Amino acid sequence: MDLDALASCFASPACLVTQTTSGLIIGMLLFLVAVGLTLIFGVLKVVNFSHGAFYMFGAYFAMTAYQLTGSFALAMLSGAVGTAILGLIFERAFMSRVYGADVLMQLLVCYAFVLIFDDVVRMIWGPEFKSMGMPAAFQVAPLFIAGGVVPPYYLLLIGVALAAAVVLGLGLARTRIGKVIRAAAHNPGMVSALGINTGLIYGGVFALGGMLAGLAGALAAPVRSLTPGMGFSVLIESFIVTVIGGMGSILGALLGALLIGLIRSFGSLGFPLFTEGLMYLFMVIVLVSRPTGLFGKEVA
Amino acid sequence: MKRTRKPGVSRRATLALMGAGAATLAAPWVARAQAKTIKIGMPTILSGRVAQLGTSSRNAVLLEVEKVNAAGGLAGRQIEMVIRDSKGQPQEAARIARELVNTDGCEMLLDGEASSGSFAVHEVARDLGVLCIHTCSEASSLTADPKQHIPNAFRCVRQGIHDSIVGGSYAASIAKAKGLKKWATCSPDYAYGRDTTGEFVLYLKKFAPDVEVISESWPKLFQPDYTDVITKILQAKPQALYSCLWGGDLTSYIDQANIYAMFAQMEVFAVNMADYTALTVVKNLPKGIHSGDRYIKTFPPTPENAAWGDAYKAKYNEYPTNWSWQNATAVMFLNEAVKKANSTDGKKVAEALTGLTIKCPFGADGTVTMRADDHTLVGYAIGWGTTIPQEPYVPDVKAGDWKTIFELEAEWKKSKGYT
Repeated sequence: MDLDALASCFASPACLVTQTTSGLIIGMLLFLVAVGLTLIFGVLKVVNFSHGAFYMFGAYFAMTAYQLTGSFALAMLSGAVGTAILGLIFERAFMSRVYGADVLMQLLVCYAFVLIFDDVVRMIWGPEFKSMGMPAAFQVAPLFIAGGVVPPYYLLLIGVALAAAVVLGLGLARTRIGKVIRAAAHNPGMVSALGINTGLIYGGVFALGGMLAGLAGALAAPVRSLTPGMGFSVLIESFIVTVIGGMGSILGALLGALLIGLIRSFGSLGFPLFTEGLMYLFMVIVLVSRPTGLFGKEVA
Repeated sequence: MKRTRKPGVSRRATLALMGAGAATLAAPWVARAQAKTIKIGMPTILSGRVAQLGTSSRNAVLLEVEKVNAAGGLAGRQIEMVIRDSKGQPQEAARIARELVNTDGCEMLLDGEASSGSFAVHEVARDLGVLCIHTCSEASSLTADPKQHIPNAFRCVRQGIHDSIVGGSYAASIAKAKGLKKWATCSPDYAYGRDTTGEFVLYLKKFAPDVEVISESWPKLFQPDYTDVITKILQAKPQALYSCLWGGDLTSYIDQANIYAMFAQMEVFAVNMADYTALTVVKNLPKGIHSGDRYIKTFPPTPENAAWGDAYKAKYNEYPTNWSWQNATAVMFLNEAVKKANSTDGKKVAEALTGLTIKCPFGADGTVTMRADDHTLVGYAIGWGTTIPQEPYVPDVKAGDWKTIFELEAEWKKSKGYT
């Protein structure tokens, strides 16, 4: 425990800027994965344990597209669109068959696909780790804001994730399709009775969730090594975020992700040997005081 | 009563004749037994995060076995490698090692496990009495601790304490020249990370007493994001950083530290950087990272080493790793020990291995020795240098001095109560 370091950081604008930015980076990347997870749970009532695989595929798709084209924009697009298509196929071919099934059955199917997807990546890209590398446009000196260090690439990352959060939030709240999705989440039988194709909605939501995770993977690819199974640790942290925020709540996922990011960032200064533990401790405190999470609703 | 001898062939003569006949009839069987292949078992890591290193171990062994077999095998017996995947799990490594001996009939073991698994295989070798050469574990205690010593086990691997003595000495010389007094460390939070970092700092301070470690970070193994660790180090404002992160963790760390311009703000000493697994993967390798050599074909700077690296690349379309040269050397040792013992009997080969010096492309002076008193490899090429982003990656390696290593290692063993 190093509370002096933590206290001196709070007294230093430079340190506050650096650590807050660091927390936002960790948090916003987690948000992109967790929001897909929570969206799928909210609408489809499925705990998609294979969600981390979409993060992994997003990173590999982006790396491959970048190697082939040299275009960072195309790499990001490939990561997002590629995983959306993969999500749609996966939902239609497999997940749609276990809706309404026992939770254990859903988890087993998802876990089987975690292993299958890892092996697929191993077969296509090989077992050794890969690196996409940072595009030349972002190989620039970091910005210094109030003495704090902020890499330009991370500003882009935070911006894209925030934009995704705003578009998603407004889309669900203000558009017709958003209303239909919310209605399907609340009462799928009624939506179906109104002649709306719920299968299409479910497939679309799963694809959207996969796309967000894939986008997170693509954004992470320039700064993280790519390995088969890389989605697992992200999945665990995303589950923590989802549980803290409340299963099914997009606002909860955003707040949960930001809190976890900031806990990690400032915790590494004050509690260097307990940073991971802090995250779990926080989750326990939230669940004990509010079992449905910060923004979760009681299930009737 | 006096016994009278019966006429005809005596019983003794009959037995002798029968014995001779049996020997004549058995001769082809004996000949077949001598000519049959010798199976050597190898538990190693062929799946999971470290699979690349395990695969490179297997490749190197097969490369050398091919040469031995082409030259007639071990005492005339062709080698058949039986290689199994332990998935990096110690209990699985021990189970496989036992099975390789008891079920598959392997007469020797090459142990391609990382430190955790090698101790498990070591216990199997102790139990079964089979000849075992550890080929990957750098944990010093495996052979330095007398409690671990068994006559049939050897370690053909660079060693943590050797690395730390050379690294500490090298880093201290840079620290003195550049006035680097404030240091930070960032290493993985498990036995290898903690031990290696501790030993490096011990010798850094021994050679440069003014040095002070002002920040320590212990990210967990295989952590995907190091942002919090990097910003913590930047806050501490050290003049130099030591890290024994390795593989994908090291490349992630470098990619993430790069965009914080960390390498312009401090000298970085990353012991595991100078291995092709890391050097060729990092796309924007910063110039001037200090690293210990792991495997590069330009150190030792000999035609034999370069030829071996090229031969490996020609066969497997990639450069070898640190684990590759260690495994290749183990096969070279076996070959020479069998020649010396003129036998493939495990006990005789173990006796021949003890204190054996062989010619080797990876030797500091063209030879390496299996030290007699603790059954560990000495005399291999060891040094530190700074990286550049293209081949030869580490153009100028400052070689460590084995005389100094031996002296300080002896002191260290004494301090640990090993001698």
